[in-house]
Amino acid sequence: MTKSQIDEATVKRIAHLARVKVSSQEAHSLQRELNGILAWVEELNAIPTDEIVPLTSVGGAKLHMRADVVTDGGKAADILKNAPKSEDHFFLVPKVIE
Amino acid sequence: MTLNSLTISEARDKLRSKEIKATELTEACLSAIEAGNEALNAFVLVTADKAMDAAKESDKRLAANKNVGALEGIPLGIKDLYCTKGVRTTACSHILDGFEPPYESTVTQNLWDAGAVMLGKLNMDEFAMGSSTETSHFGACINPWRAKDKTEKLVPGGSSGGSSSAVAAGLCLGATASDTGGSIRQPAAFTGTVGIKPTYGRCSRWGMVAFASSLDQAGPIARSIRDAALLLQAMASHDLKDSTSVDKPLPDLEKALGQPLKGLRIGIPKEYRVEGMSAEIEALWQKGIAIFKDAGATIVDISLPHTKAALPAYYIVAPAEASSNLARYDGVRYGLRVNGRDIIDMYEETRSEGFGAEVKRRILIGTYVLSAGYYDAYYLKAQKVRSLIKRDFDDAFEKVDAVLTPTTPTPAFALGSQGGSDPLEMYLNDIFTVTVNMAGLPGLSVPAGFSSEGLPLGLQIIGKPFDEALVLRAGQVIEDAVGRMPIPAPWWAGSKAPIPKKPAPDKKPSAAESEAAAKKGAAKSKPRKRQNGST
Repeated sequence: MTKSQIDEATVKRIAHLARVKVSSQEAHSLQRELNGILAWVEELNAIPTDEIVPLTSVGGAKLHMRADVVTDGGKAADILKNAPKSEDHFFLVPKVIE
Repeated sequence: MTLNSLTISEARDKLRSKEIKATELTEACLSAIEAGNEALNAFVLVTADKAMDAAKESDKRLAANKNVGALEGIPLGIKDLYCTKGVRTTACSHILDGFEPPYESTVTQNLWDAGAVMLGKLNMDEFAMGSSTETSHFGACINPWRAKDKTEKLVPGGSSGGSSSAVAAGLCLGATASDTGGSIRQPAAFTGTVGIKPTYGRCSRWGMVAFASSLDQAGPIARSIRDAALLLQAMASHDLKDSTSVDKPLPDLEKALGQPLKGLRIGIPKEYRVEGMSAEIEALWQKGIAIFKDAGATIVDISLPHTKAALPAYYIVAPAEASSNLARYDGVRYGLRVNGRDIIDMYEETRSEGFGAEVKRRILIGTYVLSAGYYDAYYLKAQKVRSLIKRDFDDAFEKVDAVLTPTTPTPAFALGSQGGSDPLEMYLNDIFTVTVNMAGLPGLSVPAGFSSEGLPLGLQIIGKPFDEALVLRAGQVIEDAVGRMPIPAPWWAGSKAPIPKKPAPDKKPSAAESEAAAKKGAAKSKPRKRQNGST
């Protein structure tokens, strides 16, 4: 783990990656809070883990297999019911292609 | 008689003996909600008409004695994180404004199939991120408990604070909750209720609003161990819609409760004796040890060496998974949309307005630790530490059958007193509970005593994977010895005040007394004398 101190520009870059708009004021307090959290998790560096396999599933259970068949569908109206904007069974978004 | 203060098992027996009707029971809860919810803010939505309709159906089945479910006519509150068909579900976030799921979560469907009645949706920290239910878009939820001779508002814990507050105050007989790092057990400890997080995979996560998928697990909050067992029995199932749900039979949990603890080995992990732990928490722990000794269990000192690493590792894993899970909230398919210059701007504006401060913080941390160049240093490292935490427990369970610890380092704290300037302060609430999620184990919080200020405190029992039966059995021994927590004197009830009859007695009724009274009452099918609506 790197000794990371993130600056305000990094906060803004991460926020953009996460598609969350942050004001300069927000970025400022987030910088302090995120650095606090990152400094705290640095304590994990003291634990030797070179030989350790990362845990990806607590159960270790095998995934169930099922027949590759359609089991659901035909619910366009249900799916669009909560859309802020829709038309003719499509979600409407601002123009993306010129 | 205050039907809403019955336990689920008491109500079940009275419904079946026709002493009471499901409609009366639901009405009692609805009046308690009407009188108390303004002060407690436990329910964010009350579905009174649906509840009465469901109760009427239950009465028909009970009258005909046909297709009577295990929870027939039992009114429950549902944490706002469970999708309920046609009923607003928001995980208490602005970004899910007005979302009405066109489907039902598996856990709630299981409850309705068992005959339970939904009273409404319960308050919670936004997206289950918090330990105080103060980050809810619907405003903070309040603990029905107050310190002795004080009127200061206390938090009900979190994230399942609506569940714990409503159950503790008698607004419902039981509630669904969910636990990612302690969100069932910590609120249960803060409100004198029983909460169990089952083994990862016991309950389907299908239709639960996702926070951190490898840690999230459904579970109940209730007023007795028996009630928690009954609820979990109905909630758990193997579900093909959740690939992590496990196909393993669940034994009859209620039947398991009476079995003695003699010969069982209970582990006491030395790493839980943390720096600065208060004397009363230490004393509570010792009391639990003494109760188990009296019950014939053997106490074994054990070591869980990576306990201290669990919380920092959690604060890498959980935000990483959250940042990915919460990517779906983009203003396109459901919930809030804030218009922008173009589509990217729309996403950013929507998410900026829709998410609260704590949720944004975790999304950013998660995005950072998963971003190029940092993945190995943070996420992979945390997953390796997680392996070590699990190995600690695997080793311990070679020597013991269950582990006993305090649930929380403190009793309930005042509203607005934690995490204001430093988010880490709030995170430390989960110091004793988070290891259980990291290892996927079952964990229970059972009320075990009071703080010097008269606030409830809980003990945690951790079991082997899929050994919920033993965890509950051990919890029953504590409940029998200490007594079930009463419903506190209802300061929250308005002028209609359906709950209060007289102020709470100074002396709490012992479990033995209330259990005996409950059994007697049920056997004779006669309303038993009750103390201030407690038990």
